[in-house]
Amino acid sequence: MNKIILIIKREYLSRVRKKSFIVMTILGPILMAGLMMTPLLMDTSDTEEREIWVCDESNMFRSQFEDVNDTHFEFIDQNIELIKEAFNDSEAFALVHIPKVDTATIDLLESSVKVYAHKPMSFSHQELISKNIERVVESIKLKQEGLTRELIERTRSDVELNTIILGESGSEKSGSTEIAMGLSMAGGFLIYFFIFLYGAMVMRGVMEEKTSRIVEIIISSVKPFQLMMGKIIGIAMVGFTQFALWIILTFVISTVATTLLIDPTDVNISDLAQGSELISHELQNESGLGLIFNQLEEMNITFILLMFLFYFVGGYLMYGSLFAAVGAAVDSETDTQQFMMPITIPLIFSVIALQTILENPDSSLAFWCSIIPFTSPIVMMGRLPFDPPMWEIALSMVLLIIGFIFTSWIAGRIYRVGILMHGQKVSYKTLWKWIRQS
Amino acid sequence: MKVLEVQSISKSYSNHIALDKVSLSVTEGQIFGLLGPNGAGKTSLIRIINQITMPDDGAVLFNGAKLCADHIRHIGYLPEERGLYKKMKVGEQALYLAQLKGLSENEAKAALRVWFEKFGITQWWDKKVEELSKGMAQKVQFITTVLHKPKLLIFDEPFSGFDPINANIIKDEILQLKEQGTSIIFSTHRMESVEELCDHIALIHQSRKILDGPIDEIKEKYKQQIYKVDFSSTNLDFLNSLPEHLKLITKNKHQAEIQIQNQSPASDLIRLLIDQSDLKAFEEKIPTMNEIFIRTVQEN
Repeated sequence: MNKIILIIKREYLSRVRKKSFIVMTILGPILMAGLMMTPLLMDTSDTEEREIWVCDESNMFRSQFEDVNDTHFEFIDQNIELIKEAFNDSEAFALVHIPKVDTATIDLLESSVKVYAHKPMSFSHQELISKNIERVVESIKLKQEGLTRELIERTRSDVELNTIILGESGSEKSGSTEIAMGLSMAGGFLIYFFIFLYGAMVMRGVMEEKTSRIVEIIISSVKPFQLMMGKIIGIAMVGFTQFALWIILTFVISTVATTLLIDPTDVNISDLAQGSELISHELQNESGLGLIFNQLEEMNITFILLMFLFYFVGGYLMYGSLFAAVGAAVDSETDTQQFMMPITIPLIFSVIALQTILENPDSSLAFWCSIIPFTSPIVMMGRLPFDPPMWEIALSMVLLIIGFIFTSWIAGRIYRVGILMHGQKVSYKTLWKWIRQS
Repeated sequence: MKVLEVQSISKSYSNHIALDKVSLSVTEGQIFGLLGPNGAGKTSLIRIINQITMPDDGAVLFNGAKLCADHIRHIGYLPEERGLYKKMKVGEQALYLAQLKGLSENEAKAALRVWFEKFGITQWWDKKVEELSKGMAQKVQFITTVLHKPKLLIFDEPFSGFDPINANIIKDEILQLKEQGTSIIFSTHRMESVEELCDHIALIHQSRKILDGPIDEIKEKYKQQIYKVDFSSTNLDFLNSLPEHLKLITKNKHQAEIQIQNQSPASDLIRLLIDQSDLKAFEEKIPTMNEIFIRTVQEN
């Protein structure tokens, strides 16, 4: 027992002290923070003045085209051919040609508006122009039907659903699909990421011991299985350290960066990218943020976190020993490909399946994937926020533990023989022989 | 006293038999040469003694008790295929390997200091292994093998990779360890070092032990009654007409090798030679280990 602790200590310290670990740990959050900040920065930095010329032959649209931020609309009453010539020599960003129509032929506009530009236009500018035209067309049509825009606006309503999940005991919980899905995806992806990143580290570590020929010296002092498990556990702790530092540093850096780079008086929430509309909407209602926290509490956040930890560790341990076995079986990194396949396929499958499963968390695909240990760490993590039955969770946990024992048994047998084999072409048939060999 | 007793060990892998009922015993303070051609089963046997693999059949006794995990700290092993963690510092690594053998950190540090000073390599402590030459790394490996004062040391080709000077340093260390009562199993192809160092040898060929005994006895047994004779004159024609029971093996200007093919005493031969020539030196030819090795392997 003492010896396995020595091994864990060495595996941990030798990696944590490496320059590459320190660089990755510091660089990771900076990259992450950068990734998070870029949209905000891009949004504020794009202040180039743009002029868009409009040739409105029916003269119906002038009132609708208001200048937005940095975009100025210039209406020119001239023949389109002349304007085109002038546009060619001008600095103007784009030229919009709205051909002459009247109220009867207004539908023609749907396909006859032309935009001339010097270079491809951004999607948001296209949207801006077409929205403006659509609104005018709409208004005209509404008038024809005897309705006004105000009337339409008044009849609109915005319903927000508060899903309440009725427990069998009569308890009520409100559930929010968006938050649940966010949690699921984040949890599942984190596990996927962790298994791959640190599993590969285990594999490379085993290969290093094998190719540097130190392994025979070590296994004359400890059992090969101890060496393998010590390595897997040591690297898991490296992973935890790195993740913890990443989370802390990302938080610190993004807080600092936000306060430094963005003047709070400048932040106009509606300016944020369209995707964040939902969040900004909730932020605007003072209760929005509180609601999220309420719902997180309702979902029993401690339970989910504990489960996350279990599947995180369980999934890693199960795959980690398989990665170790691959490392032991081969002589060089180039030979790993053929043995990596059966490990990567279930992992990639789980992530793909996770997306379908989120649509329908109670499907039989969801059930089986969250029970089978090879996919359960990622898939069950995804299902957890949707309250799967307790017995399914229990079964999946027990099977994951059995799966872990099974894979480490298999891996241990391959490992034990493989680390002492050099210069032999290893196939699946040889692996099978090693497993059966006593 | 017997430190190690290997009792009728058999081991087979899926496609071949590595060891077939091999027995041997190593006594205290003995250097035991484990010989055999490549693939004979030496490494398999050594791995079984180190508990890296388990035998299919038979038993290994260490100090009279069945070999178990507690014995690991009394065995030191320098494998043929050896290396160190390249990115790890020399001192840290030696400390780690010593602790794996069961020494405490302080014991290991103290012992390492002694050995590092002895070899004059204290300044290497904070160097990474990748900065060392092959010979330097071998020295470090030797230290980590003997550091925990094992009762039984197993060296598999210990001199490979050493220049003659360093090989001599290691040889002297091995002899000193023997003086201190350490038993040493010594596996090698270099027969001259076997003659120099070993007290006892066992020869394994095609998974079976075909020769086992004290090196002197074996040599005695393999003597072929060949005598090396030096003459003063160059006229050795009389050698071409020797009596029937004497066979001329080689002859050059002043020298000849003659084999007595019946059991008649060597003194008869001397008498005959004195009568017919001016004999200068007469010596029985002792077979070298190299010859014994080749002969036994070919005969089997």
